[in-house]
Amino acid sequence: MLKIEDLHAEIDGTEILKGLDLEIPAGEIHAIMGPNGAGKSTLAYVLGGRPGYEVTQGSVTFNGQDMLALEPHERAANGLFLGFQYPVEIPGVSNVQFLREALNAQRKARGEDPLTGGEFLKLAKEKAGLLKLDMDMLKRNVNVGFSGGEKKRAEMVQMGILDPSFAVLDETDSGLDIDALRVVGEGINSIMRKPDKAVLLITHYQRLLDVVRPDKVSILSQGRIVRTGGPDLARRLEEDGYDAVMEAA
Amino acid sequence: MTEAIILPTRRHEEWRYSDVEALEALDTGAFEDWRNIDVPAGQTYRECLVIADTDGPSDATELRRLRVKLGEGARCELFGVIASGRLGRIEVVTTLARGSHFELGGITVGGRDTTREFVTRVAHEEPEATSNQVVRSVHWGRGTGNFLGRIDVVRDAQKTDAAQSFKGLLLEKGASVNAVPQLEIFADDVKCAHGASVGQLDEAARYYMATRGLSPELSRRLLVQAFIGDALVALADDEEAHDRLLRVALDKLDLHL
Repeated sequence: MLKIEDLHAEIDGTEILKGLDLEIPAGEIHAIMGPNGAGKSTLAYVLGGRPGYEVTQGSVTFNGQDMLALEPHERAANGLFLGFQYPVEIPGVSNVQFLREALNAQRKARGEDPLTGGEFLKLAKEKAGLLKLDMDMLKRNVNVGFSGGEKKRAEMVQMGILDPSFAVLDETDSGLDIDALRVVGEGINSIMRKPDKAVLLITHYQRLLDVVRPDKVSILSQGRIVRTGGPDLARRLEEDGYDAVMEAA
Repeated sequence: MTEAIILPTRRHEEWRYSDVEALEALDTGAFEDWRNIDVPAGQTYRECLVIADTDGPSDATELRRLRVKLGEGARCELFGVIASGRLGRIEVVTTLARGSHFELGGITVGGRDTTREFVTRVAHEEPEATSNQVVRSVHWGRGTGNFLGRIDVVRDAQKTDAAQSFKGLLLEKGASVNAVPQLEIFADDVKCAHGASVGQLDEAARYYMATRGLSPELSRRLLVQAFIGDALVALADDEEAHDRLLRVALDKLDLHL
């Protein structure tokens, strides 16, 4: 589904990704772990096409298509979702308006009919219920005045509504208490754990992986994937730390 | 024979950022044409003023001059969108009696080489009157948006509460906005607040919106809608009028002319 080959990327002339290879087939949840500064968030932003993140070498194909040639909103319409570590506040724009516009823009790009106001609200209510987010929160402005946990839940509600085929989730577990972590983890499972979908899950902690249960775990260090294994790799990292596990490799 | 009138120059404070050359296109009559709005004690008056293109982008000069006189406890709400003309200008001179309220919500939008401006003078001549003015300007190209707002509070007008807020949003290099708040206060127990700021579209918000599938045009439209919405808050109870004014401004933005 997603294939990254020899990816090099830089920010302001500094190379952060230095030849990254990664392949994620449909049906797989792939966790990426790694020390601070390894390039995890950079990888997420490069996949999401953020301005200022320049790819200097390598390729990213998504369902056989050159993803790097697409604008960020075109990537979204193709089924990519980027969950933010720090979701952005948008004063004056309600979640309902924002998500309805976004969903209908994606549907239009795919040649599908737009949802009516009523159809959209029904969908939004269902997904908000799944993530235990009060529907009143969705009537408020995007992320404005939301706590850290509420922002992350709202991200997952957005994911549920937009129904992507591939999600890149950048530290979705940061800033969550234990209960919220479980809700968000189960949200990821119910929305994305499907044979025709896949997830790249960037995280620092085993706790989220206890709920989401990745099929594979890779370690990103100094801009490259240095090791890939099963779920036990994450557990060993939690116990022994990056240095020990990478030395053993 | 028509009598020549002397047109203002930029040396006049109230015309400082205007396109005074555009006034030459006016009939002398238009320049002298003040419309009076008298709101009797206890009554409420609301009007929407729209300067919009009717047939493609216009290079006309549009000048609207209003004199508003409010009786005791009266209320006047004016909402205006200036989206057309080489020069589009709405001037409002308001006199407030005891306990009355004046509300102005103004929006200017435009690109090319246009000037669009609100010029107000609000005179609190008796105690306990309130006024609230909110102007939002969105410009691109070499477009200019101005808000010149003067507030006079006479010595006896205690408990006056006057507020003025201006924000400019510049979509491109070359566009500009000017805010000139001018407060003349001779009473000592009053509240007068004014604020002015200018900025650009929030690029972090635009990227966030793009990752959800919104094109650059759509995210700009949503952010501009949110921005100018401030000026129409007091019109929220009339959905038809609210949406009509919003549409005039957003249509202009979409055309980018």
